[in-house]
Amino acid sequence: MWLRNLLFLGICGIAVSAVVGGLVVPQRPPQVAEIAHPLDESQQNEIQLVADRVDEQFQQVWSDAGLEIALPADELTQIRRISLGLTGTVPSLEEIRVLESRPAGDRLSWWLSKTFADRRYGDFVAERLRRAYVGVENGPFLIYRGRRFLTWLSDQLMENRRYDQLTRELISDNGLWTDAPAVNFVTATIDQDGTQRPDPVKLAGRVTRAFLATRLDCVQCHDDNMGGDLKQSDFHELASFFREAENSFVGIRDDTKAIYEYQYLYDDQTTTVASQVPFNQDLLQEGATERERLANWVTHPENRPFARAIINRIWAITTGKPLIEPVDSIPLSGSFETGEYPPGLEPLADDFIANGFDLQRLIRVIVATKAFQRDSQANFEITAAHEETWAAYPVTRLRPEQVIGAIQQAAALKTLDAESHILTQLINFGEHNDFLKRYGDAGEDEFAEQGGTIPQRLLMMNGNLVKERTKDNLLRNSATRLAILSPDPAAAVEVAFLTTLTRRPNQAEADYFVERLRDDSLNPRQKVEDLIWALLNSSEFAWNH
Amino acid sequence: MTIQHSQCGGADHFSRRTLLKAAGGLPWLTPLAAQLAAAAAADKSGAPAKSVIVLWMQGGPSQLETFDPHPGKMIGGDTRRISTSAAGVEISHLMPSTAEVMNRIALLRGVTSKEGDHERATYNMKTGYRPDPTLLHPAIGAVMCHELFSTGVEIPRHVSIFPNQWPAHGGFLGNKYDAFKMDDPLGDLPDLPRRVADERFAQRRKDLDILERSFTRGRRSDLEQNRTLHLSTIDKAITMMNSEQIQAFNIEDAPQSLRQDFGDTPFGRGCLCAVQLIETGVRCVEVTLSGWDSHINNHELQSGRAAELDPAFSALVRLLEERNLLKSTVVLCGGEFGRTPKINPAGGRDHWPHGFSVALAGGGIRGGACIGETDPAGSKVTPDIAGSVGIADIHATIYQTLGIDYHHMYDTPIGRPMAISEGKPIAGILA
Repeated sequence: MWLRNLLFLGICGIAVSAVVGGLVVPQRPPQVAEIAHPLDESQQNEIQLVADRVDEQFQQVWSDAGLEIALPADELTQIRRISLGLTGTVPSLEEIRVLESRPAGDRLSWWLSKTFADRRYGDFVAERLRRAYVGVENGPFLIYRGRRFLTWLSDQLMENRRYDQLTRELISDNGLWTDAPAVNFVTATIDQDGTQRPDPVKLAGRVTRAFLATRLDCVQCHDDNMGGDLKQSDFHELASFFREAENSFVGIRDDTKAIYEYQYLYDDQTTTVASQVPFNQDLLQEGATERERLANWVTHPENRPFARAIINRIWAITTGKPLIEPVDSIPLSGSFETGEYPPGLEPLADDFIANGFDLQRLIRVIVATKAFQRDSQANFEITAAHEETWAAYPVTRLRPEQVIGAIQQAAALKTLDAESHILTQLINFGEHNDFLKRYGDAGEDEFAEQGGTIPQRLLMMNGNLVKERTKDNLLRNSATRLAILSPDPAAAVEVAFLTTLTRRPNQAEADYFVERLRDDSLNPRQKVEDLIWALLNSSEFAWNH
Repeated sequence: MTIQHSQCGGADHFSRRTLLKAAGGLPWLTPLAAQLAAAAAADKSGAPAKSVIVLWMQGGPSQLETFDPHPGKMIGGDTRRISTSAAGVEISHLMPSTAEVMNRIALLRGVTSKEGDHERATYNMKTGYRPDPTLLHPAIGAVMCHELFSTGVEIPRHVSIFPNQWPAHGGFLGNKYDAFKMDDPLGDLPDLPRRVADERFAQRRKDLDILERSFTRGRRSDLEQNRTLHLSTIDKAITMMNSEQIQAFNIEDAPQSLRQDFGDTPFGRGCLCAVQLIETGVRCVEVTLSGWDSHINNHELQSGRAAELDPAFSALVRLLEERNLLKSTVVLCGGEFGRTPKINPAGGRDHWPHGFSVALAGGGIRGGACIGETDPAGSKVTPDIAGSVGIADIHATIYQTLGIDYHHMYDTPIGRPMAISEGKPIAGILA
């Protein structure tokens, strides 16, 4: 018996050691350099050619408006933008060191390759898309599986699935919400208190906004009285494509006998509404089901609103601000030359359609543009016009997920990703949710311009998370390790700036903070804690720039 | 957007007699009461109300188990009817304390809406508008803070206690008008106490200034003013941290007997806190009581909620009156919709936006008034219901009592003019 007990204790001890050891001892040396390769020269040149076409239009706008143009931002600032936009956090010190060990010239391309191989990219961008597709609510109990849907979206992004194929599945797929996660786009609209069927009205609104950047739902109740020519019937004819969708014991399927009835404004009786699309009717083809017909029409290569919608959203995700605002409202027709479309939108659409609706290529082109690479600071006076036309990079609010992601990463030195220890991931997940609850989730309307709020400032100044992430703690906080391990105050200040703001201090900042760290009247660990607190509470930390 | 932003402020907006009384007779209250009372003058009779308290019944309370019982009818369930201090008005036996103050409360028993989904209906009730995919409308408290001037208030003027998932928000007026969210007013508010000593905190603030100077250099000169509001919110947050007015968020020092009057439940404490906040100059306080969504075991669930609401609502009305705040404070008690007359097989009632009750009291409201009735058979729906009023009408009524021109048109971010309210004041309940 004693032998068995001893054996049991031994196993427990090994398990505990493994867990603790995993937290204390690095499990792996930095591998990031090996997991990604930049594009080769010809591929990079091809991307750059498209980016140049985009920039030609920007250049024309800047010239016509007589705007001075900000210089390119430094490389680390651009890297920070990419990380915040595509992974929701700032680069780790570990990543910055590896990046800077690479030869100059292809670092942005390499960084993107590394990002696309990083699960954080799939998860973060999937969450952005999920909000556009189904909103942020939990949805109908059991028949809507939000988490499963999110994971599926993330998987599609990691595989760089063609965006037209992905969209077709969302609109027209059948099956159980667990086995065929795309159907959650439909099940999210099921009204539990009413018909228990998917809601054609909600689905029509989602499809037009999320996939066509058209606010057709504005004419849901009456004809457009704001000068447009859309009719109430346009909306309900589109909704009628979803009339066949029904929820059954085998999940979502199509009942081809179903009809859609609606009582139009000023009518006394309901009308049976046949399906029809509101524009580009010639692209509508026959299909097995009404939803398939609609899906094929939405994603038709000649149906350019489809490409424009995702380009505008991906631009907003990558940079923090859409090309055209609001993100889900783009004129159906027009051109750059006549002013309906912002610079870049049409050249990007041409390339996106011609190259198989490739999202990663689209992001590479965006990052290669001069517009993306502008600095948000200049030696002339930057005005709203500079930011609106990307003559200077616009300063935009970080979403709450980016703020918490950046706090956690800034405190870690090592990269926090899917390879991190499971306990670390669990702790971060819990902190992440608590923080969002208190900081305030931006919801679906996450690209709207909003300033900071008092509760957010209180949370950052006095909240538990910032306290935990700056206080004396050798295992989890960069502040303590910087205080103990930095060879001198200058090195500590530099690393503190790199981990939080992804840049080195300027001379005035270095002079000031090095002097503060040299003040012998203070506890050395508290001095670094104060430094990190100030960095985390700065405007620069909370805003993309 | 060309919204004229008026700063909330003005000692005129405080109830002076209330503050005098508060300063003299209720020593646990914040010193602001005394400070403002020094400048007090007699209340002008007929002056508009200044504040609003929203008792938000999340989930949809049953009109049949609260303010519109139909005992003995097929739809009535187990609820009995009791007389009240308002002549001819009878309410549920589950609300005995509220019955005693019914002569200060006006009842709308014929409220109707077109929203039967929790989220959409909550939006409808809190903003006066149905959800519109193109526009996020502001809640009452946000409009108040936007429209009514205030000074001397060092804490947020729009507060939500137990905010739940859909707290009142600023909508297109901006998130600076969002309600400040808090939970049980026992103990300190989280995030308010500074984590380090005063001297060290002051040094941290100086450190922050060094970074801010770097950030603003070479960027838009109006970045702070028109975009980030970073430093101004830090300053306001620090002002709040240093203010004695934060005592209004805490009810620990209130007499135990008073807490008992409110029921000493989380909701009761929230209501007591709401009075303290209003007394301190806060414009609008929303206190949420969740748990009314009684799809099963309706009577049991509604009884439990009513037992929590009843002492708190009645004590709130009484305390406001004692402190001479009732004339200047509008109190709204209601949820997003009512419950079905028919009791379902699980003994529950489902969502029913076709005829439900909302109670109003205080400034400009005629106590004891009762408008509308639902059909005893439970079959009639909009627009047949007697005394039917829409959600927007309730909002127009409240804005009227506050002296806010509810016809005023905002230029919304999408360029569409929008009236503060498209409703019509309900003459029958106006004093």
